[in-house]
Amino acid sequence: MSTSPDSLTHHPEPGAGQIRKGLTLSSLNWLGVAPFFLFALLFLILPTATLMIGAFQDADGHFTLGNIARLFDDSILSAYWISFEVSAASALGGTLIGLALALAAIQGGLPQWIRPTLMTFSGVASNFAGIPLSFAFLSTLGRMGLVTVLLRNYADFDLYGSGFSILSFLGLTLTYLYFQIPLMVLIVTPAIDGLRAEWREACESLGGNSVAYWWHIALPILWPSIMGSALLLFANAFGAVATAYALTGSSLNIVPILLYAQIRGDVLHDQNLGYALALGMIVVTGLSNAGYIWLRSRAERGRE
Amino acid sequence: MKSTSRLGAWVAIAIGTLYFVLPLIATFEFSLKMNRDGYSFEAYKVVLADPGFQATFGYSTLMAVLTIIVGILLVVPTAYWIQLKLPRLRPLVEFITLLPLVIPAIVIVFGYLKLYNSSSWLPLTGNERATDLLLMCSYVTLALPYLYRSVDAGLRAIDVRTLTEAAESLGASWPSILLQVIFPNVKSAILSGAFLTFAVVIGEFTMASLLGRPAFGPYLQLIGANRAYEPSALAIIAFMVTWASMGLIQVFARNARPARKTA
Repeated sequence: MSTSPDSLTHHPEPGAGQIRKGLTLSSLNWLGVAPFFLFALLFLILPTATLMIGAFQDADGHFTLGNIARLFDDSILSAYWISFEVSAASALGGTLIGLALALAAIQGGLPQWIRPTLMTFSGVASNFAGIPLSFAFLSTLGRMGLVTVLLRNYADFDLYGSGFSILSFLGLTLTYLYFQIPLMVLIVTPAIDGLRAEWREACESLGGNSVAYWWHIALPILWPSIMGSALLLFANAFGAVATAYALTGSSLNIVPILLYAQIRGDVLHDQNLGYALALGMIVVTGLSNAGYIWLRSRAERGRE
Repeated sequence: MKSTSRLGAWVAIAIGTLYFVLPLIATFEFSLKMNRDGYSFEAYKVVLADPGFQATFGYSTLMAVLTIIVGILLVVPTAYWIQLKLPRLRPLVEFITLLPLVIPAIVIVFGYLKLYNSSSWLPLTGNERATDLLLMCSYVTLALPYLYRSVDAGLRAIDVRTLTEAAESLGASWPSILLQVIFPNVKSAILSGAFLTFAVVIGEFTMASLLGRPAFGPYLQLIGANRAYEPSALAIIAFMVTWASMGLIQVFARNARPARKTA
């Protein structure tokens, strides 16, 4: 309800000082985007803001930093740490493998059909997340999974005897890679396409070999894109709930699952601590996204 | 040098293929093993005949369709208006549409539960229809980044101003400009955003589960926790739905390409 007057006062009309007639016209212009801002306010900004405020309040609504301080309790800090590890490992693996796949498909001199196939498949796989993905990995690497059984029967290797479990850190990371790698392929492809053939030719004509080309030319150019993508992948994994929940139930103590359990049944026995937990997630994903945007703008500037 | 790098490329693609195809084969193989005496499609029969499957899949399909309609009605006029009249607002609108990628879904829905609980000023979680509305709005939120970017790209590829002025000079009203001039010109962009939205919404778990609505995502979770072979069959079905959505995007993108080149 408060959007249109609010946005009116915050952003003076562009043509306000120029033409008098423009004043009424441009206030009408605001009506055109009012539904969007109203929607964003009601279903995106206010809900998030109310949590942020709640994170700094006690049960009676008084200001406190106690909730934030309790985020550093061992049990909660360890949840953040495991989340951080899983997200970082899957972001790192996704970045490296996705980059390798994209480079192979675009610059590896492979047949023409490889690239569109990889792109289409990446579009599918990057969206094949959540609960079905966890089913797929249980069928593959679970106790009765195909790979587990094949290894036991034919390679005489007991995967679970060696300490592996799909419910563990490694299992969750392997599962997350299924949507992280394709996402990396999709984000980094435009950057790789931006590498011009002339640069390689120039390098070769000056006597540089492949290593020199990659080390001195391609990597420095791709670097901001690669780092930015890694940050985006990190945020992507950090906020994911469904895959981990369906895979591990609540046996792996990561932040989104802790928050899910808190919302369902108040396991922290403190609503406001839950708000602080949510605030912590926004801070982590917000920082990594801000880093992504910053690095992407640098990459774009470098290309111009 | 060239042949070794090509060998490396083949190795990368081969390992990648193995990693991505193996889980699909394993899932498919597992889904066929419900009958003890050999492979059969028994798990699929059981799943498809389950009233729970039909009800939740139908519910989520309806939600996805409503999300797409409301999302398009919200995004197309906004993107159009920004392009035509308020280009200064573009960075702000773009930033807002990207927020759902920054704020995790679980945080957004937590905010809904705090803001719209049954004792609040707008008790949207008070009854089922209102909660359905809230769930749909949450899905529109999730779809914003995909929808806005795809529609905005489509609008940039056509000359919005000239089209609008031409329509205005022929006496067209604003609704008919939007419906008869702008919509048809960005149809393929809208459709690709719509299919992506469908793929995202159909199996969504977090929002539906925490708002307590009988959607396909929570049903999948329930089956996963209680059954052995049905989850694999459901995973294959879900994969095919995603694949179909993405395939349709490719089809429409391919049809749109020559049109964009001439524009």
